[in-house]
Amino acid sequence: MYAQLVKSEAAEETEQDRAFQERIDRKEKIEPKDWMPEGYRKTLIRQIGQHAHSEIVGQLPEGNWITRAPTLERKAILLAKVQDEAGHGLYLYCAAETLGISRDEMTEMLLDGRMKYSSIFNYPTLTWADMGAVGWLVDGAAIMNQVPLQRTSYGPYARAMVRICKEESFHQRQGFDIMMKMAQGTTAQKKMAQDALDRFWFPSLMMFGPSDKDSVHSAQSMAWKIKMNTNDELRQKFVDQTVPQAEYLGLTVPDPDLRWNEETGHYDFTEPDWSEFMDVIKGNGPCNADRIEARKKAWDDGAWVREGLMAHAEKRRAARVAAQ
Amino acid sequence: MSALGPLATRMGDNTLILGHRLSEWCGQAPALEEDIALANTALDLIGQTQMWLGLAAEIAGEGKTADDLAMRRDVWDFRNLLLVERPNVDFAYTTTRQFLFDRWHLPMLDALSRSSEPRVAAIAAKAVKEATYHAERSAELVVALGDGTAESHDRMQAALDALWPYTGEMFIGDDIDAELASEGIAPAPESLRDGWEEAVRTFLADATLSVPDSDFAHRGGRSGARHSEHLGHLLTQMQWLQRAYPDATW
Ligand SMILES: [Fe+2]
Ligand SMILES: [Fe+2]
Repeated sequence: MYAQLVKSEAAEETEQDRAFQERIDRKEKIEPKDWMPEGYRKTLIRQIGQHAHSEIVGQLPEGNWITRAPTLERKAILLAKVQDEAGHGLYLYCAAETLGISRDEMTEMLLDGRMKYSSIFNYPTLTWADMGAVGWLVDGAAIMNQVPLQRTSYGPYARAMVRICKEESFHQRQGFDIMMKMAQGTTAQKKMAQDALDRFWFPSLMMFGPSDKDSVHSAQSMAWKIKMNTNDELRQKFVDQTVPQAEYLGLTVPDPDLRWNEETGHYDFTEPDWSEFMDVIKGNGPCNADRIEARKKAWDDGAWVREGLMAHAEKRRAARVAAQ
Repeated sequence: MSALGPLATRMGDNTLILGHRLSEWCGQAPALEEDIALANTALDLIGQTQMWLGLAAEIAGEGKTADDLAMRRDVWDFRNLLLVERPNVDFAYTTTRQFLFDRWHLPMLDALSRSSEPRVAAIAAKAVKEATYHAERSAELVVALGDGTAESHDRMQAALDALWPYTGEMFIGDDIDAELASEGIAPAPESLRDGWEEAVRTFLADATLSVPDSDFAHRGGRSGARHSEHLGHLLTQMQWLQRAYPDATW
């Protein structure tokens, strides 16, 4: 998902740890001033940070099409959507800051590779249909993960998720709406729609992270309720929801082994290529270098602005103090 | 009323081109808050474009839409000020361009909200609220960055010097403007000059920026006679899908 491979810290078992776990088991919310195990804090910083970075880096593949949106209305909708993602980043950085790390520190860690973001944003958006596919599939997968996180144990994170989830359904709808127009459009548009689904299907499945049997950090995070479902559960749910939508659009999911399983009541499907996933995570996805380069450029080019605004605010503050 | 179409086109082309320029910043602003604010302003301007070009299309008839006007005209048919087609360059240029425009846009919309033509008055009344916020924000940024560090000051001064010659065009009227003014549809452009100068000078003084001496004015945008080379590149990108797939609906 937006936090795909979050390394979780092992818990020791002191009296304090046990009391903490009991609070979580009673579904109490943990708040910033409460005692928490160091591992819980560190894991949460990684997870929320990764989630925040995903929102921000996630602006880029869609921002790529804002200046080429085909109508004024599409341009306005896409701009509003990408602006929402920036807002999500902001809520999440604020949530992470309650754990004792600053937004600037997290940004530096993103830029020098110490912190990650979702693998999905390392794939290019090549046609207008990709704006449909991203909204439909990527925001669709994000919703799947974020809805349960509204009940996560850490209060500020849970509350950020509540605000974010309100906006996500609009994101998915606008994506599906683009797909629908394309799928019902001219021959060229249909071709674009199918091509977008072909390219984004497996990367979307990767968003949920590796299979549970290979997911070493899940157990502790689930016990702490900072991960609410297993990767495979969410992936299955996503496939079950998305396949009928693809059929409705008249598009073909690029998986010859995809079929409905009467016995399980779920779709059987082909796992994504996990070696490709590991390549992308290691920095070898089609757009990793471009995405980080774009974030670095924005950060470096903006330094004088941030410094200027701070210097002015400081002068104003000093003047107020002097006047008193 | 033959001058009404040109008025709507001029207003709509300004917001279309400036909104597009601002949308180029998406994901690249100096801070998240600025990214969000730039997108917000761009959104407002695109919304205003839909109203102004919608009116222009209605007047043009022949089943035309605002999208037809935005996406299917060539450079010589655009009627925006040269100022708004200037490239973003950096955050100083973008902020200064916005400031110089907002300080004209706000009183212009304010006057238009009292237009004798009800369709114009209705659009302007909606837009003036947004423009009030834009004008406050861009003035605050100009003051803060002008008065910030030595570097931010120098960058703002450079932007101001470069953009100043593109401000005069806002206040030079033609026959269309004379007709609009005589019928009480729009203010004469010249009538907005003093108020603009006064406001701009006040904020620039707060910003410790010096007002350029030259009163030379580039023109040719709002008449369409001579746009800059930049507009064609902007249109190349903005109109590409509609031009490449003319039969498609989106
Ligand atoms: Fe989001
Ligand atoms: Fe989203």
